Amino acid sequence: MFRATATQSLSVSFAVGLYGIAFGAAGITAGFSILQTCLLSLLTFSGASQFAVVGVMGAGGSALSGLATASLLGIRNTLYGLRMAPLLQVRGWKKIVAAQITIDESTGVAIGQEDLGPSAMKQGFWFTGIGVYILWNFFTLLGALGAEAMGNPSAWGLDAAVPAAFLGLVWPRLLGKFERTLALTSLLFAVLLSPFLPAGLPIILTALLAVLFGWRARA
Amino acid sequence: MNAIWIGVLGTSAIAFALKFTGHSVPEKFLTSPRMLRINTLIPIALLSALVGVQTITEKGRWVIDQRCAGVLVALIALRLKAPYFVVVISAAATSAAIYRFK
Repeated sequence: MFRATATQSLSVSFAVGLYGIAFGAAGITAGFSILQTCLLSLLTFSGASQFAVVGVMGAGGSALSGLATASLLGIRNTLYGLRMAPLLQVRGWKKIVAAQITIDESTGVAIGQEDLGPSAMKQGFWFTGIGVYILWNFFTLLGALGAEAMGNPSAWGLDAAVPAAFLGLVWPRLLGKFERTLALTSLLFAVLLSPFLPAGLPIILTALLAVLFGWRARA
Repeated sequence: MNAIWIGVLGTSAIAFALKFTGHSVPEKFLTSPRMLRINTLIPIALLSALVGVQTITEKGRWVIDQRCAGVLVALIALRLKAPYFVVVISAAATSAAIYRFK
């Protein structure tokens, strides 16, 4: 057992788990029930995808556009899985659990332990994945119950909390001018097209901008 | 089954399938530099689009209201390196204050 790794897993789990409140509230604000909101955290378990499906459908988008946006955001978990599988070497039900907890944070902490060797990396993956899973679900329920008790979402500022939550998710990814240009282009693109296309579609189409930017980039 | 249930269960099924696929195929697949680069850019594009649409549109129309002020405050909080929670709460508090007093 690596203590420094365990401490890191625990602090990441708490910090991320707390966002669960924001997600729980967002789900209710978008018109999802407490059960539906909690099931998203239990089953989908990928913050950005969850926010996307409630965000898109809450704004009037179809199930298909909500699902497509959430799934595009979930593709990165496939790549995390590719990276983690050779390290974890698990089969059967353990592989199912490992897949479910393959997210930004578990992969991030695991990779962060590279200097300490493969067993520390494994520990980082499992502790962080399971820690975030427990706390994320607990705080989702709290947030959903809280929002349900509050009533009118606008009166409590929940209508601004959801875009602020998205902003907080994208902010750490805006590392340089290139990323910021893509972010601003995507934002303007989606806003400008919103009155002319079915809800959700302008958001999905920005994935093409990402492909276009990524195709040409040299860096 | 209504649309929200399709959204919840469909998203969950695909999310798991994407994760499980990663654990099941050899690492050499899907890891060209271009693919990796696009993969880091997709969340930036989609999340930024969501920020914009959720802040300045409502039911497919452009609307400037208390949400803009809330998100602006969130932006300032992020620039001041505030923790995520402070960012979300400050946006909510700003928006709620304007909504109640306008």
